[in-house]
Amino acid sequence: MNFLNKDITSIHQSLVNGDITAEQLTKQAIENAKNNEKDINAFITIDEENAIKRAQEIDKRGINPDNLLSGIPVAMKDNLLTKDVLTSAGSKMLSNFKPIISGTAVNKMLDADTISIGKTNMDEFAMGSSTETSYYGRTHNPWNLDKVPGGSSGGSAASVASGDVLAALGSDTGGSIRQPAAFNGIVGMKPTYGRVSRWGLIAFASSFDQIGPLTKNVYDNALVLNHIAGHDEHDLTSSDKEVPDFTSEIDSGVKGMKIGLPKEYLGEGVSDDVREAIKSAADKYREMGADVEEVSLPHSKYGVAAYYIIAPSEASSNLQRFDGIRYGYRSENAKNLDQLYVKSRSEGFGDEVKRRIMLGTYSLSAGFFDAYFKKAAEVRTLINKDFQKVFQNYDLILTPTTPTPAFGLDEEKDPLTMYMNDILTIPVNMAGLPGMSLPAGFSNGLPIGMQLIGKPFDETTMYKAAYAFEQNTDFHKQTPKIGGDK
Amino acid sequence: MNFETTIGLEVHVELKTNSKIFSPSPVGYGAESNLNTNVIDWGYPGVLPTTNKGVVKDGIIAALALHANVNQHPHFDRKNYFYPDNPKAYQITQQDTPDAKDGWIEINVDGKKKKIGIEEMHIEEDAGKNSHGKNYSYVDLNRQGTPLIEIVSKPDIASPDEAYAYLEALRQRILFTGISDVKMEEGSMRVDVNISIRPYGQKEFGTKVELKNLNSFNYVRKGLAYEEKRQRQILMSGGKIQQQTRRFDENNGTTILMRVKEGSDDYRYFPEPDLPSLDISDKWIDEINSKMPEMPTSRRNRYINELGLTDYDAMVLTQTKEMSDFFDKMIELGADAKMASNYLQGNVNAYLNDKQIDLSQTKITPENLTTMIKLIENSTISSKMAKKVFKAITEGKEPEKFVNDNGMVQLSDPKKLQPIIDEVLSNNQQSIEDFHNGKDRAIGFLVGQIMKQTRGKANPQVVNKLLMASINK
Repeated sequence: MNFLNKDITSIHQSLVNGDITAEQLTKQAIENAKNNEKDINAFITIDEENAIKRAQEIDKRGINPDNLLSGIPVAMKDNLLTKDVLTSAGSKMLSNFKPIISGTAVNKMLDADTISIGKTNMDEFAMGSSTETSYYGRTHNPWNLDKVPGGSSGGSAASVASGDVLAALGSDTGGSIRQPAAFNGIVGMKPTYGRVSRWGLIAFASSFDQIGPLTKNVYDNALVLNHIAGHDEHDLTSSDKEVPDFTSEIDSGVKGMKIGLPKEYLGEGVSDDVREAIKSAADKYREMGADVEEVSLPHSKYGVAAYYIIAPSEASSNLQRFDGIRYGYRSENAKNLDQLYVKSRSEGFGDEVKRRIMLGTYSLSAGFFDAYFKKAAEVRTLINKDFQKVFQNYDLILTPTTPTPAFGLDEEKDPLTMYMNDILTIPVNMAGLPGMSLPAGFSNGLPIGMQLIGKPFDETTMYKAAYAFEQNTDFHKQTPKIGGDK
Repeated sequence: MNFETTIGLEVHVELKTNSKIFSPSPVGYGAESNLNTNVIDWGYPGVLPTTNKGVVKDGIIAALALHANVNQHPHFDRKNYFYPDNPKAYQITQQDTPDAKDGWIEINVDGKKKKIGIEEMHIEEDAGKNSHGKNYSYVDLNRQGTPLIEIVSKPDIASPDEAYAYLEALRQRILFTGISDVKMEEGSMRVDVNISIRPYGQKEFGTKVELKNLNSFNYVRKGLAYEEKRQRQILMSGGKIQQQTRRFDENNGTTILMRVKEGSDDYRYFPEPDLPSLDISDKWIDEINSKMPEMPTSRRNRYINELGLTDYDAMVLTQTKEMSDFFDKMIELGADAKMASNYLQGNVNAYLNDKQIDLSQTKITPENLTTMIKLIENSTISSKMAKKVFKAITEGKEPEKFVNDNGMVQLSDPKKLQPIIDEVLSNNQQSIEDFHNGKDRAIGFLVGQIMKQTRGKANPQVVNKLLMASINK
């Protein structure tokens, strides 16, 4: 059995009925993951021993019939702190790092009695859109092993898409949940900035980073967000806004809903197949009773440029703590303090991470700060104002998640082309808004994702609209033939 | 050629809050290395700072104490640099939006009063400490995250004496707020100094030289005085001042070149994204302001103008808040101001110096000392007896009870004294004659006899008065 066409609710029913135990389920998930590993490489660590032990404990306690997540196998992105379990963030720098604490989102998943079977592969320190920069090798797209799974949460997306687990947590700084969700034909939610605590998330760019769920379907996604959202005293940027039950009115439809279709997000650079899929999705929404109208977000086109100032600036500072002094990789070749810093960091970080550290360091340097960081912060404000203006009249914004479906693993890619891959997702992080990707079509056997952008802290409306779309389409029912026709 | 001196002082004051500025670890001295730390202090991956509201409050208190304008919406910034005692490789501080700006304090040098401006104040976190063994270097992060207030002076300080007076006044004001111990020797007050000189009339400031290793106010004054002279000599001989950091050598009072500075360090400051900017309401500031302790200058003025003390007395009494509070309490209990002042400066200070302790560590209280002073005032005891009573107070005894128990009450009642005087006179007719014959010494003899009869308890003034009256009858 794999979980390709299962959902959390039906598995939960089997657990409650006693058709299957949490232990059996967990062993199945681990077996699936192991079988897929040679093709996909979705995991950095498969934590067999702990997962089975936990499943046995949960079986002993009994499945809680009121908690749909009880006994459900899941996976965690490797930049989420998990106590005593390797948390490498895909980097050689942390290839020996077993934290003494777990993060808040991880703890909340544990409190919900889910069973984490392991840590998923990712671009090093979440810097990348293809999961190719990981120290632990590349992850392959389950729909076509020659294609990338997207990134940086490529391992989380691939583990769900290939049916290893029913849900995984990822993190999204510029599209790192939504883009791999799109490339893998699954549902990925980047919640509003502040919705989920960042305590225990190894920081990339602190003012953008947000943890969120990747699942096979919309309902499961809402279920997981229900559990990980909420204020945390450890994270002053986490919001104390009340967390609604995102599943309670999920099936109430989109009648009367106003959806904006920003013309700038369907222009140059977006491939025809993707554009057509989004136009069909817009028609589908009209069919279901929503108003879909063209809107404009004129400053979004500056999003990538501004993002690649601010995010690397924050990253350059966040990653300074990896200096070989306290934890993580330490060069054996250093003879003095300066060498210890330079060699540990030169040997411990990969090229993309170094590139971004240099970008950020430069942007923050005296004499350049005003021209770069400050200017980018102003652009950020303008992008946010565009969204605010549209949201005065609209409930949601509909865009493609990515300009194209998944690209090839061995395609020649210069960093700039790679950065442009996030052009449609980055503005959402710039504005701190919630954004989600869900399946909206296929092109040459590769999934196409559409993005819904919501008002701050209005994930509820997004889930409603996403659920309605899912119920009226069958894209989410298709499954990859893993390792099949290449 | 005449020169004028410009001195800039950056003072770091360590706050004595219970917990650190951005983590719940305790603040304190002397703990085992790295004991007062947690994941936040280690700069652990994935952890976040949270702002200690008590530190923000202390920042407001310091701003009010230094007449500075509180910034109601400050944010924190990151100051980036690598060093093993700096675990995140950045310090969380305030660069863009100081906690407060444009303050001032008054100094008094040789009777001349002057206002010294305060440019700005920041709240920030302290770093840990490195130490070096034979084959290893060690990092102790106990101090990491201890809250600091940095106070930057305006270029108003024009001499080493003014610098000394500024530090003294600043230390006292902070001390009176109670937010810090401000002890140089324990590192809860640290001073960075820069000095430049320029010919009189020149608009631009001269080239700044920074001084390090100034571990006392005296060293600050000495170091600056040496540096002033050194720079003057260079300029007089046609030389140029180099931008340098120099180290004060406490053995011979000179300064030694540490490094030549070219340009400034680039700390790549930017807003701390992990902490939302603060929102400080008028109401909160008003509330803090209404509870501000009275500052030393105000107390001194009150002592001089309302209680009639001398400038000197007022200054000595306001050396510490403890002493000044003690004195105020005595006045409230009805002690004579001059006598209270004298006893505090005399017997009490001598006792504290002798025992090397603080007032709070003794058994002397405003209540028992005031009682003693009142016993002197109403002639119950003589000032000679008071010495014994003071000693008893330091041993925790109640002055009235002690005086009674030891029969120390002074005999001042004429009705009781007159019979004794009469008896002495009748037994010493010769002395009366001697007195009348102009031998003044006879009086001394008679007083001595009366004292002997009363075992020393007779009030000498009263005895003198009664004796003269009787003998001249």
